[in-house]
Amino acid sequence: MTKSHLELTGVEMAFDTPKGSFIALDNINLKIRKGEFVSLIGHSGCGKSTVLNIVAGLLQATRGGCVLDGHEVNSPGPERAVVFQNHALMPWLTVYENVELAVQQVFRRSMAKQERKDWINHNLELVNMAHAANKRPGEISGGMAQRVGIARALAMKPSVLLMDEPFGALDALTRAHLQDSLMEIQQDLNNTVIMITHDVDEAVLLSDRIIMMTNGPAATVGEDLRIDLPRPRNRVTLADDPTYVHYRQEVLRFLYEKQRKLEKITPRAASTREAASATGEKDRLTQAARA
Amino acid sequence: MTTLTTSKPTTPSTPAWLKALAERFSGPALLATGRQLLLPMIGILLFLGFWHLAAPQVNTSLGSFPGPAQVWEQGGQLWQEHTAQREKADKFIAMQEARNERILADNPDAEVKIRPYPGAPTFLDQIVTSLGTVLAGFILATIIAVPLGIVFGLNRYFQAAVNPLIQIFKPVSPLAWLPLVTMVVSATYVSDDPMFEKSFLTSMITVTLCSLWPTLINTSVGVAAVNPDLVNVSRVLRLSFWTHVRKVVLPSSVPMIFTGLRVSLGIAWMVLIAAEMLAQSPGLGKFVWDEFQNGSSQSLSRIMVAVLTIGFIGFLLDRIMLLIQKKVAWNQ
Repeated sequence: MTKSHLELTGVEMAFDTPKGSFIALDNINLKIRKGEFVSLIGHSGCGKSTVLNIVAGLLQATRGGCVLDGHEVNSPGPERAVVFQNHALMPWLTVYENVELAVQQVFRRSMAKQERKDWINHNLELVNMAHAANKRPGEISGGMAQRVGIARALAMKPSVLLMDEPFGALDALTRAHLQDSLMEIQQDLNNTVIMITHDVDEAVLLSDRIIMMTNGPAATVGEDLRIDLPRPRNRVTLADDPTYVHYRQEVLRFLYEKQRKLEKITPRAASTREAASATGEKDRLTQAARA
Repeated sequence: MTTLTTSKPTTPSTPAWLKALAERFSGPALLATGRQLLLPMIGILLFLGFWHLAAPQVNTSLGSFPGPAQVWEQGGQLWQEHTAQREKADKFIAMQEARNERILADNPDAEVKIRPYPGAPTFLDQIVTSLGTVLAGFILATIIAVPLGIVFGLNRYFQAAVNPLIQIFKPVSPLAWLPLVTMVVSATYVSDDPMFEKSFLTSMITVTLCSLWPTLINTSVGVAAVNPDLVNVSRVLRLSFWTHVRKVVLPSSVPMIFTGLRVSLGIAWMVLIAAEMLAQSPGLGKFVWDEFQNGSSQSLSRIMVAVLTIGFIGFLLDRIMLLIQKKVAWNQ
């Protein structure tokens, strides 16, 4: 493949703060092929979400830009569907209606009524949520709601699926389960996926490529690791696989030796919730390191 | 506890509703129902007792302050007056129709006059009038406040520009607005065949001016507080402005809007009574004022009936709003 599907060139992101301009991202260059599953990993605050939001069009890069299939990205759109960390389903709509809102908007003209209905149900079945079609997000578990969030994103037939820590808020078992489903779905549909994660195992297990980001400010791409593991991948058998273990070590080494966070874990003026999630994240990473 | 659970065990053949009823009247359920009903009853009885004992001690130029018994009696009296008036009105209408038929029988081209019954409105008529006025004012306030609130909530700059005005106008008493509204209505609403009484318009507009603020503020706060993730979903879907408002912003702020509406309706009802007293527009406020001017020995009892009625209707209005809120809002 000569021409890249998605390309970020010289992306710089600066935010205006009371203390002056804060450079969050500096000179990010990325080329992603069609059907590739790419993970962005890095310590919290390194601007992973900012990169994703720039691709989504929710944020505008202050310099450089993002090109998808030859078109410059400068506003959000359904061809770059986003799966949010906390599902972001409309709490007043049922599961079905949430997916319907997306399908109605994207395929209003190109699909007949019955066709749209079938398409909504098809996507709910894809994530095994057809049984809860008439429930509201408040009546289902976080894992189920996240499935619906994925179904809604897939229902837009996106050329790139953007996932912002999609499984971050879920317990370990549910997370493993959803990771397996996501792998299957991605293999079937061959979507291009960009996923943000904090979880080293998740990154190695799911990705074709792991983009490791340096710490901010002025974060950029630190290392670009290609994961050459055959698919379908099985988490249990891979646990002992020497190549898999090697990839994991590469990522861990990057995170804990090259990009060690020097910041103390004492909560400062930052909101307590943010501090809690940050320490939780570190616990998870250290656990992963010990395992 | 043991003495309360003496009801016989229900047999399997008893219908479900009977079983549910039996459960309600036995054991802990009865205790809970009892507590729910009993304590308020005790409160009311204590209040009535205090009122009964204290009222005769208060002497006014119109005799001693009425106790619960006199007020109850006047309540009955007002009801009787109402039924008597209705009978008279029915007779008047029947007579008028009979006369008109006679005239038409003699001369089919004759112009017949149909006059409404000229009798004074009764207490119940005044209640209905007041309810009509308050609803008109409240609906007008809602029609103004909700869309404005959405606009303010969506636009930070707009909100900043208008906020001081809202803060200044919000605490203004209805009594201050009334003279202004009266003058403006008299000057602008000039028509040979008016659809509404001027006094009705004055009361209604005063109610609107005083009651729209809580809805306006709550709507704008609710709209501004829409979950940013949901706004991003809307942006990714490229929803048009109207679809965004209809499908994301409005449903999301419905709970806040309804809380505002409930406060607004409470204020509307309070303001209405004052407005009717001063504007001399028909309704409960005018009833109170007329009785006060009348100054008979029964006046205080009749005013007290009105006071209790006003309180009870206010309570009912709030309950109705709560019911609607439960039907409409997704978080209930």
